[in-house]
Amino acid sequence: MNNNIGTIIYRWLIAIDLVLIVALILLISLGTAILFSATGENEAMMNTHTIHLILATLVMLIASQIPSEMLNRWSIWIYLFGVIVLILVLVQGTMGKGAQRWLEVGSLRFQPSEVMKLAVPMMVASYFSKRNLPPSFKDVFIASILVLVPMLLIVKQPDLGTALLVGTAGFFVIYFAGLPWKWLAATAVSAMIAAPLIFYFGMHDYQRQRVLTLFNPDADRLGSGYHIIQSTIAIGSGGVYGKGWLNGDQSRLDFLPERHTDFIFAVFGEEFGLLGNIILFGLYIFIIWRGLYLASQGQDTFARLLGGSLSLTFFIYLLVNTGMVSGVLPVVGVPLPLISYGGTSLVTLMAAFGFLMGMKKRKKGYGQSSQ
Amino acid sequence: MEKRVTIKSERAEYRLFRSRAFVAAALVFIALAFILLRLVFLQVTSFEHYTKLSKENYQKRIPIPPVRGLIYDRNGALLADNHIEYVLDAKRDDVKDMDGMLKRLMQLLPITPQDVAKFKQKLRVNSRFQAVVLRKNLTEEEIAAFSANRLRFEGFNVSVRVQRNYPLGSVASHLLGYVGRIDKKDLKNVNKEEYKGSTHIGKTGIEKYYESRLHGKAGYELMEVDAHGKPQLKLDDEAPIAGEDLYLSIDLELQVKAEELLREYNGAIVAIDPQNGEVLAMASMPAFDPNLFVNGISYSNYNALRDNPDRPLYNRALQGSYPPGSTIKPMAALSGLNAGVVTPSSTVNGKGFFQIPGNKHRFRCWKKVGHGHISLNRAIYQSCDVYFYDLAFRMGIKRYSKAMNRFGFGLKTGIDLPSERSALMPTAEWKRKRYDKFWYPGDTVNTGIGQGFFTATPLQLAYATATLAMHGRKFRPHILRATRISRNLPEKLVTPEQLPSIGVTKLRYWDDVIRGMVNVVHGEHGTGRRSGAGAKYRFAGKTGTAQVFGIAQNKTYDASKLRKKLHDHSLFVGFAPLKNPRIAIAVIAENAGGGSKVAAPLARELLDTYLLTDKQKEEIRLKQEAKTQKKTVGEQ
Repeated sequence: MNNNIGTIIYRWLIAIDLVLIVALILLISLGTAILFSATGENEAMMNTHTIHLILATLVMLIASQIPSEMLNRWSIWIYLFGVIVLILVLVQGTMGKGAQRWLEVGSLRFQPSEVMKLAVPMMVASYFSKRNLPPSFKDVFIASILVLVPMLLIVKQPDLGTALLVGTAGFFVIYFAGLPWKWLAATAVSAMIAAPLIFYFGMHDYQRQRVLTLFNPDADRLGSGYHIIQSTIAIGSGGVYGKGWLNGDQSRLDFLPERHTDFIFAVFGEEFGLLGNIILFGLYIFIIWRGLYLASQGQDTFARLLGGSLSLTFFIYLLVNTGMVSGVLPVVGVPLPLISYGGTSLVTLMAAFGFLMGMKKRKKGYGQSSQ
Repeated sequence: MEKRVTIKSERAEYRLFRSRAFVAAALVFIALAFILLRLVFLQVTSFEHYTKLSKENYQKRIPIPPVRGLIYDRNGALLADNHIEYVLDAKRDDVKDMDGMLKRLMQLLPITPQDVAKFKQKLRVNSRFQAVVLRKNLTEEEIAAFSANRLRFEGFNVSVRVQRNYPLGSVASHLLGYVGRIDKKDLKNVNKEEYKGSTHIGKTGIEKYYESRLHGKAGYELMEVDAHGKPQLKLDDEAPIAGEDLYLSIDLELQVKAEELLREYNGAIVAIDPQNGEVLAMASMPAFDPNLFVNGISYSNYNALRDNPDRPLYNRALQGSYPPGSTIKPMAALSGLNAGVVTPSSTVNGKGFFQIPGNKHRFRCWKKVGHGHISLNRAIYQSCDVYFYDLAFRMGIKRYSKAMNRFGFGLKTGIDLPSERSALMPTAEWKRKRYDKFWYPGDTVNTGIGQGFFTATPLQLAYATATLAMHGRKFRPHILRATRISRNLPEKLVTPEQLPSIGVTKLRYWDDVIRGMVNVVHGEHGTGRRSGAGAKYRFAGKTGTAQVFGIAQNKTYDASKLRKKLHDHSLFVGFAPLKNPRIAIAVIAENAGGGSKVAAPLARELLDTYLLTDKQKEEIRLKQEAKTQKKTVGEQ
């Protein structure tokens, strides 16, 4: 018995990538400190946050034990389940706030687009793992369909932000699979052409407003421009050294909305200054780099493609959030990864890191032909 | 062109991934460097600019909650108002040397150690921007004492709290409902901006149904604040607009009387003005004190209410589905006449039981020896079960159910209160869906006397009686009678909503049925004759005794042997006066026994309360006093 438990714990421990874990602990500690300040030293919320952290750690440990072959086999089923649920949401979805994002099963509320953030890259990686790489035109075409179908379903909800994130996650897999550079350039050009078309024909008024606000926040001082104005003032007035922990008057004085969720980066910038920001970005870059490294050590194509996509998706969250808070990207509801208050995003991200760690453990050594 | 490999090569794929990862890492670095550059621009280049802005950024929009509308009865008696309360509170960061100050405060004001413990607990848990209350309900002397010493207690403030108050306590509590602290779920259904300064919202009853009218429109103050967030100068403001005052159709005297009459029973009384659908009284007993809920009810109080077997939180008048028993016989009679299955003069042989042709089961009449050959009029005033078994059986459930729907049975009345129940006017389709079973003719027979699957709410019974009283003219029951936007403006009356009337083939059918109901209370052999004795006006009524407990074929009902919960419900419906009726009522007393014994006398007292002049009431009171005096003298 004892021996058994010992073996299990040992197995779990060697699965953990110490380098990544140390970086994650540092980042989360920094995040918890700033969250304490952003919530107004609210003990009840900190208790909930602690529970989120414990839960996320457990999920990470469990995820690190799932062999990538198993993930590969599950991919198609999770993907199909997600697509069906997305269709169900559109058909019977609750009409709250003019948007249909939730599926209600009994008292459980369930946001299927959240699942697609993992399911789409898994599906595409699974598809490519059975093909020769770099992919043929036909393979890329099929993979694009696999990405576009759930994307369009999510756009219909309408949730453009999540749709773009899901699409990006899927696109990264195609990129890692070896999408020829020429096509990549073609995609970039068509995206540039599509952007204004989407802006004028594919967006809801409130979405268009957010984009416009970016270029001229003063036009809407009390509406969506208010967020950007307040967050840039908070960050800018932080200066090089910051105002010190728990001393950010902009965030303290209630000027900054959603300061413990999507706009927590402004509190960080105000209290810890540019130096703090450099340390924070250093930690993030290190984690992304380590993620890409672990992915490259993956035991098979599926593991590598999925790992690469997960690492880059993490980067996209960081980019979109910090870009929004510092006023260079439109306001999209994306949390600062691993720092913003909220359990769902924390658990999903830690699960992704768990997968990444699991891939490294079972590597068979690269460069061998598995044929 | 890239060369295509035909065999899956792990090594080639690995190399491909490595190169892609390098490019990705480079892009990550460039993108994040770009953001960092932006941060350098904000925090270094524009540092002075933003510091200046942040110093100027001392404008704060402080929401001012509107004053909630008041609620009155139809005569202007106050049912819900706002109570101004002074509290002593503080924010965590504003107080230096908290323990010392608390000690000194306790010497100055009556503050219990429990107050302090609660205060400290909340201070620890709440956000530091939130003021926490130390002492509630400060008296004027206490405020004066504190104000004189306020310099010694920097950080503590006397704040005004406006609190909803129900001056009559439990009176009409189900109907009024209550307000409570806003929670996340409440905010989903309202405009969040309007509730930024508010702490309370209507949770049940009228308070919930008319939340949007009672709440009003929030105002704000744009204040310049100093570096500590303290308001310094008002830059702009917009005054809030108070919520509308509501005048309910409830007659407080009648409502109080109804609740008093039900004090010994669990039950409900509903009284409606048949001329326009105004609800004059809606009592459900036992009741509860809505004031308990306003600032969050304590666990022990809530558990006591929730676990009370008499279920005081439940609005029986609106949600209680009771077997209506014989009270529906007048409506059934009219439906039968209209369908042509009975005529005013046709008779049925009431031999004490009814049998479906070819079936042995006996549907028994309450009168075991039977009523003999009996016509419509007598079938109503003596409440002959056999007559109505036969009527329903011959009509068939489809026609019967449809006809009773027109009186409102089985349908929500659409009254202006949340969570109304529709109760049940059963059909064959319903039974198939619900139980996956066939509808038997025996099921139809039972519905003829308001038993079996047939249930109704007290509100539905009063509504159907009002419709009957008006010869089929229907008005949707409602409780809001008038509204007032401002104290300087006159009240605006709500127009009653008239619904399509019940048409009958012969107008005199109404009078045939109503004559039977008059005989119930005024006839020599009416089941409710004791309740009609000595009345100063003529009225129509119908008693009902609803079985809660099924009795086997060869047993008799013996109340003394049954538990209280299984005793029959006592019911009565009626209206008065006969011409131009002013009030229609339904009374139900749970497990109280026969309808003539309990519900009918209660109804009579209510009708007296509403219809008699004050002088007449005084006479009755004096007579009763004389009687009891005589009695006590006689006993001595």
